[in-house]
Amino acid sequence: MKSTLAAVLCSGLCLAQNGERLFQGNCALCHGPRGDGGKGTNLAQPRLPRAPDDEALFRVIRQGIPGTEMPGTRHFSDDDIREVISFVRSLGQTTPPKVEGDAAHGAELYRGKGNCAACHTMGGRGGAMGPDLTEIGVRRSPGHIRTSIVDPEAWVPDNFLNYRWYSLIPDNFVQVRLVARGGQRLTGVRINEDPFSIQIRDAGDRVHSFWKTELAELHKDWGKSPMPSYRGVLTPGEIDDLVAYLVTLRGGS
Amino acid sequence: MKLVIFLLAALSLNAQVPYDRIRGADTEPGNWLTYSGNYSSHRFTRLNQITAANVRRLKPAWVYQIKAREKVQTTPLVVDGIMYLTEPPSDVTALDTRTGRPLWSYRRPMPKGVRGCCAQINRGAAILDDMVFLGTFDAHLVALDIKTGLVRWDVTVADYNVGHSITVAPLAVKDKIVVGIAGGEYGVRGFLDAYDAKTGKRAWRFWTVPAAGEPGVETWAGDSYKTGAATTWVTGAYDPEQNLVFWGTGNPGPDWNGEARKGDNLYSDSLLALDADTGQLKWYFQFTPHDVHDWDSTEVPVLAEGVVHGQKRKLVLFANRNAFYYVLDRQSGKFLVGKQFAKQTWAKGLDDSGRPIRIPNTSPTVEGTKVYPSVPGATNWFSPSYSPMANLLYVATRDEGGIYYMGEAEYRPGSQFNAGGFRPIPGEEPTGAIRALKPNSGELAWEFKLHTPPWAGVMSTAGGLVFGGTNEGDFFALDATSGKLLWRFQTGGPITSNPMSYLSGSKQHVAIASGSAVFTFALEEQ
Amino acid sequence: MWPHRTGRNACVTVLLAASLSGQVSYERIRQAGREPGQWLTYSGNYQGHRYSTLDQINAANVGRLKVAWMYQVNDPNKFEATPLVIDGVMYVSEPPSNVAALDLRTGRPLWRYERPLPAGVRPCCGFVNRGVAALDDQIFVGTLDAHLVALDARTGRVRWATEVADYRTAHSITVAPLAVRDKVVVGVAGGEFGVRGFVDAYDAKTGKRAWRFWTVPGPGEEGNETWAGDSWKNGAAATWVTGAYDPELNLVYWSTGNPGPDYNGDVRLGDNLYACTLLALDADTGQRRWHFQFTPHDVHDWEANQVPVLVDGAWQGQPRALIVTANRNAFYYVLDRRTGEFLLGTPYAKQTWAKGLDHRGRPIRLPNTEPTAQGTPLYPSLHGGTNWFSPSYSPKTSLFYVAVREEGTLFYKGPAEYKPGAGYTAGSVRGLPGVEPTGYVRALEVATGKQRWEFPLQSPPWAGLLSTAGGLVFGSANEGYFFALDDATGKPRWRFQTGSAVFSNPISYLSDGRQHIAVAAGHSLISFALE
Repeated sequence: MKSTLAAVLCSGLCLAQNGERLFQGNCALCHGPRGDGGKGTNLAQPRLPRAPDDEALFRVIRQGIPGTEMPGTRHFSDDDIREVISFVRSLGQTTPPKVEGDAAHGAELYRGKGNCAACHTMGGRGGAMGPDLTEIGVRRSPGHIRTSIVDPEAWVPDNFLNYRWYSLIPDNFVQVRLVARGGQRLTGVRINEDPFSIQIRDAGDRVHSFWKTELAELHKDWGKSPMPSYRGVLTPGEIDDLVAYLVTLRGGS
Repeated sequence: MKLVIFLLAALSLNAQVPYDRIRGADTEPGNWLTYSGNYSSHRFTRLNQITAANVRRLKPAWVYQIKAREKVQTTPLVVDGIMYLTEPPSDVTALDTRTGRPLWSYRRPMPKGVRGCCAQINRGAAILDDMVFLGTFDAHLVALDIKTGLVRWDVTVADYNVGHSITVAPLAVKDKIVVGIAGGEYGVRGFLDAYDAKTGKRAWRFWTVPAAGEPGVETWAGDSYKTGAATTWVTGAYDPEQNLVFWGTGNPGPDWNGEARKGDNLYSDSLLALDADTGQLKWYFQFTPHDVHDWDSTEVPVLAEGVVHGQKRKLVLFANRNAFYYVLDRQSGKFLVGKQFAKQTWAKGLDDSGRPIRIPNTSPTVEGTKVYPSVPGATNWFSPSYSPMANLLYVATRDEGGIYYMGEAEYRPGSQFNAGGFRPIPGEEPTGAIRALKPNSGELAWEFKLHTPPWAGVMSTAGGLVFGGTNEGDFFALDATSGKLLWRFQTGGPITSNPMSYLSGSKQHVAIASGSAVFTFALEEQ
Repeated sequence: MWPHRTGRNACVTVLLAASLSGQVSYERIRQAGREPGQWLTYSGNYQGHRYSTLDQINAANVGRLKVAWMYQVNDPNKFEATPLVIDGVMYVSEPPSNVAALDLRTGRPLWRYERPLPAGVRPCCGFVNRGVAALDDQIFVGTLDAHLVALDARTGRVRWATEVADYRTAHSITVAPLAVRDKVVVGVAGGEFGVRGFVDAYDAKTGKRAWRFWTVPGPGEEGNETWAGDSWKNGAAATWVTGAYDPELNLVYWSTGNPGPDYNGDVRLGDNLYACTLLALDADTGQRRWHFQFTPHDVHDWEANQVPVLVDGAWQGQPRALIVTANRNAFYYVLDRRTGEFLLGTPYAKQTWAKGLDHRGRPIRLPNTEPTAQGTPLYPSLHGGTNWFSPSYSPKTSLFYVAVREEGTLFYKGPAEYKPGAGYTAGSVRGLPGVEPTGYVRALEVATGKQRWEFPLQSPPWAGLLSTAGGLVFGSANEGYFFALDDATGKPRWRFQTGSAVFSNPISYLSDGRQHIAVAAGHSLISFALE
């Protein structure tokens, strides 16, 4: 009752200020204090692909996005969510900073010198060792993307910030090294794991499924990334170009 | 340093299931590469580890449960140790067959406004090269990367707002994906499409209802062809030698009122033989001309060879919803044999060209007319199975009649366009049976009675078994030659899908979707 | 359940149902140990053991355990129910608030009760139900619209339905009730919504309320002074897990949840009795005989809603009537169940919030462990070292088995503002960056809490345990496995992939003279037997 009255008396600016407070407390950890992304999507853009209108944004905040790390907010009242929406929309009204670099050249680098498709998928094509990049321009801020290229281990996903009751398939690309009892050695990324088995993908994109009783050794290299750093492999200008290209990857229709 | 070697190795990605592998599916029985097991739609497994002698030891190996409430009707595909199954409404999951654990999943949110006559289900995917193809309930065709489930391309096949949807498992043929459309209760105009597998561009479309000026349109009075339906919602067969795709078509609309559409209504309730490259019609056979009972001929056509009328021929075997079993020559389309395989009260028989000789007063009326078979028919979408070993065609049969009503026919886009309805016959309890027919004659070899009319198909095996499922949740195995019940298992959900079989490691498994779960079975260790 | 044909089936099923006795007197439950082939109450017996004396299935043959049948529920919510088995019929509640009776031999349904729910029900954590109770010829179920319903055990028809609380202010019932003597004891949920918690008892025949114990005392009542100002009004201390009962002492033991609001204690300075507490209530009157508070002035959501376990053990050489529990705050407690006296407390999971417990069992808090605006990292998480799912006590091994969650949390403090029906947690939580949470099944010596063994799980579990005289401990994992461990060593002996995360507790029973194990997994109830 009190809060509804407050909402009525509250102007748009007021809603946004309350919303900012809630945002900083709940959203900023993943979306950045200025909402321009981090682990979570960059929200400082005029159009949010998963939330074309406020009704959709309400649903996203309330229910989360299944299959991703965006959680729902059981503890938010409806008014709370409306206030956050107000703030998020205000973020989209600022002009995003221009990204330096030549995106067309970046596309060439992606295919050529960078050889990114060996481990990354885009538009359903490419290697499956690393995360999909089809929407990377929407999901991560330019700064985050840049860091991933020069210092991949800085951003090895720490996917445990949000509680999910359980997860069907873990979405952190943990590097795994194992030795089977028969002597076979494998290094790869974990696809799935449970108390009794583990499935990994090797560098040839082949899937291997092991019962843990078949393994002599199993090491999970937390904090390690199979992705090499491109510092020194690409010039700073080339990295700018590659970042500029990746920022344009915003997914399909 | 590690990186360089690593990157080179990662480049060696191969095409997984080229067309030749599907064509030679019979030579790799450990995999299930296409909806019906092979292009001839036999749904027969050459694996023979599970036999009549040991099937009583068959036990669940692992289970996979879906989160949606809707029924799972999928036939899973298995390629090299990975199972690909579709989940309602239009999702795909890849599972490791050793452990049952998920490897990836594709989840498609449905837009508001999708509608379908029946449930939001999906009957299976197709695989070609390194892609998995899915028809979606909002009438798209989607190609996914087989390794990751990420989208390669996504094309609109039809408009879901007027009632189109896709539930059928597509068929991968050569370099194309053939897919049919559903929506027969919504007065849409049916078609069969083929899309280039690599790009998603449409290669051809065959309209199952001709347009003005096209041959066959004269079989539709006035403008009735515009809402003719004749949809194509069950996976067909393919003959690589003839290069023909065989596909069944559904009922003409409106379902139960034929007044507005006098004429035979081509090509509803027909089997079409289309050139796989161009979609051109080579021949057709219409099972139920001017159908007023909703007897879609969207059943799985089975290709076989046999001696009929003293001559060795290439055949199509077709157990139709209208209660007749047909044998056609698949080179000429000529009718060879027709025999009733379930109770029917609408036709005296079939004439020499296979056309039904109708009994008067069997059409729907305002007061209601009692007819056998019922609207769901003597059989339906679920798969029959042909065993080349036993030389029998197995059909899950519904013994059920109905009271048919005729109503006014007024077409409104997006709304149901049936013009009538149907009811069960009061006081009668419908049943069902698995029937084994001698393929060349349609003669009954044996039958196994079911408590209620089934909505699940059968699979036969080189181990001498026929697997099937019941509405009451029993997954069962019969002796393929005698029909004797050898094994059953209570799965807890209605079985409305078709069985398949594969190898995991070197062990034969059988899988079936039941309720909201997919079960895999294997012989328990001794 | 999937819609299936009635008509002919219904006729047969009524005849079948009529031929089974299905009468569960209080005496039968009290002596549940004499009928190991049945499962007459939530935890198998009043003592909360969740132990089966059946031993046909043992460590040597469990490798041959196979699925006997499955029963599928047509609902996507978590299936948390413990089924009951009574004279050839299995009674199980289904999400959200339905009940089914199944033929034990075939798994086929005999009858179903389906409760239409109003639109405004607000359970915090899922539209779930943890099980039914049985007494005489009735089956009792608590519903999400906060009613207690009594059904005729043979037909599933409603005998009576009593409103326990107002669902519009976020009260709901998810707990499996406990049938004690001539009453049905039930608790309430809604702790995240600022309700005022209670334990109720209803006359089994009439549905009239026999007594109510408010877990948050009102003005003038003892313990009210442990709540600053008016904070008691939204004090929560909900009662959503089934308790235990001592027939000789005639005490019902029931535990309570956290005080509200969860993460901001400023508005409710004081110990906040009886939140995070184990209560011993007189079964006839509901009067409090004693209480023990695990976490005074809790600010971490460490509810004490765990099943308490009654053990007749020894303490310092003398026989002692004990009650033991592994609490959400990561400590394992041994108390005297006559008096509530604290005997022992020791951590069973990683905890970074307390130096230990003093001689009265009160925690000696470490500084800087309260939630803050910037976030305070801490073990255990808000979900605790364990949670609602059942532990198991085996008199055979004298071990207390518990499914343990090893995960940390960042606790954030927010402003406390109560709005009826809305969340009232005053803060939020998230996981610790870079640390993948895990879990274990742990075996503790019941008298000392010392760990005997542990079995690693991939992720923190949400499912409980069953131990058996056959030398096995059955448990489940989020990754879909239902498994059996050796009760003395913890070594895995068997597993089955059920295809979905498991959120329930297993039972065991006899059918046709053969031992079965059953568990709700995903949306299915699965029954296992040796081949």
